[in-house]
Amino acid sequence: MRPMRLVCASIVAGTLLSPSGALAQDTAQTLRQEIDQLRRDFDALKQQYGERLSALEAKLAAAEGVAVPAPVQTPPGQPATVAVPEGAAGAGGPTGALPVYGAAVAGSKVFNPDIAVIGDFLGAAGRNAIGGNPELEMHESEAAFQAVVDPYARADFFISFGEQGVNLEEGFLTLTELPGGLLTKVGKMRAAFGKVNTLHNHVLPWTDRPLVIQNLVGGEDGIDDAGISVARLIPNPWLFLEATGQVFRGDSGDALFKSSERGDLSYVGHLRGYQDLSESTNLDLGLSYSRGHNASGIVDGADVGRFATRLYGLDATLRWRPLRRSIYHSFIGRTEWIWSRRDQFDGLQSGMGGYLSGDYQFARRWFAGVRYDRSNHADATSLLDTGGSITLTYWPSEFSQVRGQYRRTNYAIGSTANELLFQFQFSIGAHGAHPF
Amino acid sequence: MKMKMFAAAVVLALLAPSVFAQGKLNVMTATEDLASIAREVGGDRITVESIAKGYQDPHFVEAKPSFILKLQKADVLVAVGRELEIGWLPPLVQQSRNGKIQPGAEGYVDASAQAQILEIPQGQITRAMGDVHPLGNPHYWLDPENGKVIAREIVAKLSQFRPNDKAYFEQRLADFINRLNDAEKRWAAMMTPYKGLKVATYHRSFPNFTDRYGLDVIGYVEPRPGIPPSPGHTLELIQEMKRQNVKIIMVEPYFDLKTPNAIGRETGARVVVLAPSVGGTKEVTDYFKLFDYDINSLVAAIKESGAK
Repeated sequence: MRPMRLVCASIVAGTLLSPSGALAQDTAQTLRQEIDQLRRDFDALKQQYGERLSALEAKLAAAEGVAVPAPVQTPPGQPATVAVPEGAAGAGGPTGALPVYGAAVAGSKVFNPDIAVIGDFLGAAGRNAIGGNPELEMHESEAAFQAVVDPYARADFFISFGEQGVNLEEGFLTLTELPGGLLTKVGKMRAAFGKVNTLHNHVLPWTDRPLVIQNLVGGEDGIDDAGISVARLIPNPWLFLEATGQVFRGDSGDALFKSSERGDLSYVGHLRGYQDLSESTNLDLGLSYSRGHNASGIVDGADVGRFATRLYGLDATLRWRPLRRSIYHSFIGRTEWIWSRRDQFDGLQSGMGGYLSGDYQFARRWFAGVRYDRSNHADATSLLDTGGSITLTYWPSEFSQVRGQYRRTNYAIGSTANELLFQFQFSIGAHGAHPF
Repeated sequence: MKMKMFAAAVVLALLAPSVFAQGKLNVMTATEDLASIAREVGGDRITVESIAKGYQDPHFVEAKPSFILKLQKADVLVAVGRELEIGWLPPLVQQSRNGKIQPGAEGYVDASAQAQILEIPQGQITRAMGDVHPLGNPHYWLDPENGKVIAREIVAKLSQFRPNDKAYFEQRLADFINRLNDAEKRWAAMMTPYKGLKVATYHRSFPNFTDRYGLDVIGYVEPRPGIPPSPGHTLELIQEMKRQNVKIIMVEPYFDLKTPNAIGRETGARVVVLAPSVGGTKEVTDYFKLFDYDINSLVAAIKESGAK
């Protein structure tokens, strides 16, 4: 009822106030005209006030030293255009108007992915005749692009630039909305084999990767291949249990897996159990399996041997971080053991290797760690390399890190290496998640 | 006929749990403050649990898989927002396999959406300023007025999920706001004598609190947000505190007291450990006790220090 009454009142008021003052004529015709007039007056007033208000806002913003966004000239939904340069049409170029990208469609930039670049600078001193790094090296510059694709998926790209080449370290789509609680990834990714294989260089607690990864799991890149991954939580009343199954093309590492036919896929299976032991302590256990064709049967480009490698892995991580002092003290103990069974011309080679490490955070920005390494060679398991490292890490802030590592390696062939490795890491751009 | 009846009965039995008996709404929150407010307005129609504990630094929570299990079953996730949880909540939500609580989905609540946010950086910002939050200071729940805003936000979401309980939530909200209004009068009365009092704080955790109660923060123990104290900055702060006769240093419970204590010895200032969140100390069990505790501790310290 109220709005009706208001309208009546305003009509009456308008009639009374209108300059024409045609009180006598109360025909519908004049009334309508007057309403129209009023409406026009009101619109004009509204515009006037709107303009005044925006002028005032601009003045205020200028006083505060803030740039005022220029009013958008282009009607919404209609991109700005420019004419095609003369002669373009004749030369086979486009005709008509060309869209202009940038200012007028600046709003679409909000959908740009989160971008971060992480630099990893490595230096080495001392002697290593076998697997030494260069003295100074911009080891890796990793660019990360991450965003939500649509309501059903997100995408993550990690492109690593060496000093020479570029490598797609990972690039995958994650489907978050599949039924049955399946977490599905499609693309190129680091395989869920053990712990270290899943980690990017910048979240490793060392400047290098353990010997067992170098010798048995394909080196720095490890099992990193194009494929499909499906992970599911296994409901149970006791602990976090996750099973992952992955199928890859079958090319990983320098010599680990090599696919020479369409059917030479490699497979990875992983079972992860996690349990909080207390508020500050937890235990993470993993079992891994992987199988793929190796390169040892390839003679003159043809895979005559059709040999396969099977890997079995066991990993355990113990974490301690007291919540009340969580930014000052923590401890992470890690161990991983891998068994390799590799078929080749001279028969089955069964080897194993592993590492055991501990990292203690003794101040807000300081970490100290030790690591023990041992591993057979995948293709000659009578050979055993052993080694050990101590590390010291300093974080100037959350976004940079300086690390020193003393590493001693007893190679089965060749002399013992004593090296001092040092590393600078720095990250710019979007704030990534803290690794767990 | 019998067959049909039987079939109908079976269908009814199958439908029953979903149609007739709606279980409690399962609400997960990022911090205990949000959990406490959700509990106030949700009453016995919801279950609430927080991921972070009140006595840990909410910037650095570990993304433990056990939280994934909890988020998997959540109907609603209430986050503090303003990038407070950027280091740990996104990976948990991504791995939760729960479409309802993905950012932007119907079960996701950013509690900061309508709150009064301070310290939104103007002009260009870089990380040379430390761990700066580009969307403003995320510790906004330490103003009871924002508590009301958060409560409204949560009630809107709960009512969306349980339209039948809307009146119940609204009634609890009205009651919560009433009680908060009464408490605010009490808190304001306690703090009024100290309006304009100069203090220092460790991290920038208290701007909404100091703003509400008219305290003047003249410096921070951290040289920049997220950067631990340095000797040079500590000396500067000591001089500044001496010059301005600052007698109170407010500290969060998860920071080391060594530097604040040293500053206190030099300047004669009192170091008072406040609860930045519900659960920050044992006695702070809900949103009301959070302010009770902080204001009582602060007033006691001010009186002891003899500051005016």
